Amino acid sequence: MAIREVYLDNSATTRPLPEVVRAVVDALENNYGNPSSLHRKGVEAGRVVTRAREAVAASLGVAPAEIVFTGAGSEAVNLAIKGARPGKRGRHVITTAVEHHAVLNACAQLKEQGIEVTVLPVDAAGVVDPERLAAELRDDTYLVSIMYVNNEVGAVQPLVEIAAVIGAARKAGRRLLWHVDAVQAYGKLPLRPRELGVDLLSISAHKVHGPKGVGALYVAPHTPLQPLVAGGGQEWGLRSGTENVPGIAGFGVAAEMIAREGHLAADRLRPLKKRLVEGILAAVPGAVLNGPACDKENPRCAPHIANISFPGLRGEILVHSLEGRGIYVSTGSACSSGKKPGSHVLQAMGLKEDVVEGAIRFSLSITNTEEEIDYAVKNTAAVVEELRALYG
Amino acid sequence: MRRVYFDHSATTPVRPEVAEEMQKYLTENFGNPTSLHYFGRQVRKAVEEAREKVAASIGAKPDEIVFNSGGTESDNMAIHGVAMVNKNRGNHIITSAVEHHAVLNTVKALGKQGFTITILPVDKYGMVSVDDLANAITDKTILISIMHANNEVGTIQPIKELAALAREKGIIFHTDAVQSMGKIPVNVDDLGVDLLTISGHKIYGPKGVGALYIRKGTRWRQTLFHGGAQERLRRAGTENVPGIIGLGRACELAVENLEKESAYLTRLRDKLIKSVLDNIPHTRLTGHPTMRLPNHASFCFEFIEGESMLLSLDMKGIAASSGSACTSGSLEPSHVLLSMGIPHELAHGSIRITLGRDNTEEDIDYFMEVMPPIVERLRAMSPLDQENEFVAESSCAACKVSSSCHR
Repeated sequence: MAIREVYLDNSATTRPLPEVVRAVVDALENNYGNPSSLHRKGVEAGRVVTRAREAVAASLGVAPAEIVFTGAGSEAVNLAIKGARPGKRGRHVITTAVEHHAVLNACAQLKEQGIEVTVLPVDAAGVVDPERLAAELRDDTYLVSIMYVNNEVGAVQPLVEIAAVIGAARKAGRRLLWHVDAVQAYGKLPLRPRELGVDLLSISAHKVHGPKGVGALYVAPHTPLQPLVAGGGQEWGLRSGTENVPGIAGFGVAAEMIAREGHLAADRLRPLKKRLVEGILAAVPGAVLNGPACDKENPRCAPHIANISFPGLRGEILVHSLEGRGIYVSTGSACSSGKKPGSHVLQAMGLKEDVVEGAIRFSLSITNTEEEIDYAVKNTAAVVEELRALYG
Repeated sequence: MRRVYFDHSATTPVRPEVAEEMQKYLTENFGNPTSLHYFGRQVRKAVEEAREKVAASIGAKPDEIVFNSGGTESDNMAIHGVAMVNKNRGNHIITSAVEHHAVLNTVKALGKQGFTITILPVDKYGMVSVDDLANAITDKTILISIMHANNEVGTIQPIKELAALAREKGIIFHTDAVQSMGKIPVNVDDLGVDLLTISGHKIYGPKGVGALYIRKGTRWRQTLFHGGAQERLRRAGTENVPGIIGLGRACELAVENLEKESAYLTRLRDKLIKSVLDNIPHTRLTGHPTMRLPNHASFCFEFIEGESMLLSLDMKGIAASSGSACTSGSLEPSHVLLSMGIPHELAHGSIRITLGRDNTEEDIDYFMEVMPPIVERLRAMSPLDQENEFVAESSCAACKVSSSCHR
């Protein structure tokens, strides 16, 4: 059968797995109790939440009591950044120029409250220099927030080296919290916050074939964190509100799959990405890959996100033209789509204006196939040629 | 064994029509509404249609509705957002002693950040008085938050009068309508409120989704979550699309069936109340006898501890509660009952039966069959002194609010 539809916007959101849908629907139809209720219906719903919490914890190699369910990845990020207690001396936060807007805008809120925020620059590939972090650490720095995988260009930040810098600072007596936005890394790269000494780590269900409306924050034991939402005291008082039982159930199923097969994801995705990038660069003269070189040996290169520019053309127009051929991609982050011109990530990488304007993001899922990639390559080349004839 | 669900104020089953409509948005229509392509646009359209349905159900305009994760988030959003924007105008917030913890704990947290808080007392029925509110208002008052109907005793507050007073003085008024939606008419203009909280899972919709109504022109700003530009910068985070679709449908159905359903539930409720009071001695109805939610019956049974009653009922297949679900398991008696002047000992013997559209007369009959023997057995075992009748205190000194719920 001829391919008519190729969804390559999996960093915006993913199609829930059939098992996930079944779990959500089962909870909607049968397990409708309120987990806080003492009676059987409540206890049953509570069990669903407990099981899902165990699954999410297992997928990160942490304890279930260290998982706080939230309403979305953005909420988890906000809870981490705005909920982290500065302590007596803390008045300085460090983050990077290529973070998701949830991190950047949460930090902007801290700024309004008189907290100083240092934004680390990145190199031309979108990667942070751990030594730069070491240089910016101050006695009053209480929080460092650095993402694992960038959502727009797929740059993998050097977490091991960053962990060493943070570990050294802690050894020197600094009281330092470390938050990692792992929304795009979860399910694609191994994620072991404990081994790295990460205190807070955000993940989201709908980026890993789970349902929308649910995310989680890993909170290491003894992390000084205060809730943003007050009320009934659910989630150990860190996030009040009746639990989204169906959403959490679906998240649990997606997490189970990650715990089981997550270590295989990168090896399945990398050849697909390589095929896509090499295919397009070979077929389209002038096309350039933004972000770290796509190479198995390059640990800075995420296995699933490819940001490619077609200088001289506009990303939005490419997105629409590709859609005409059944290929779904984006210009960058879905949640800044249609807002300010030009990606803050590509700009931070120091890319030229025409490269920034002509960028589109392909983001893959393990459900994509080689045939789909070939279809995307062929049609991207055709679309670019058409548009160049039109505008060139 | 017969299974009877009598805890609809804690949560409701999802209506099949709602669940069915949601499924499509878990499968083929899985797009991110912010995406510009077809998958995004198609879902964006559905989200906006749901917004229209929610708005229509409370007489609001679609752009006055902000979707979020539930009633608790709505309450937090409303109160915190108004407080932060208006603090240059004044620092006084008024609420009532019988609010849900989502309101009380949010207000109390603001109390630690330089805001002055007045917690209005209630009468023995759990009702706030308009005069008390009038006396509490100062020129520093920026926000009044009083719930539409109480979750524990079902009492309906005179929101129209209370809100009119607020409007006269130019004070922003928020009401938590989580319990009243779908049971009594909720119309933002009739009520005269500026902000109103809705939750999906109390109206046969899904958990994990709610909405805040914000009247156009209200001085409010998002203060909880920042990030993407979703909900017109009023709430960051990828939209819970299936949840939102479910909420839209649930709101639509809630209004469609309101009259019929509330008449049906009122009949069941009155039968239940009468049967309990007639057949079980030393029992009293809590909350207002008439100004109460049509599905809500709450009682205090003297000489009994509520939790043992609930467990015994549960073993007979009946799911009920002692009060608010999220304080279940707490050893402290309900702040609502205490604020109504019900003494500690009696408050411990509270039980809440909240009916739903699937309940029948037979469910009430079954309850009346199993409940009297349970009461008798527990009273026989009770260490509480049955010779000393409890005397209701009118003082509200005991209305302290527990800061968290022990689960």
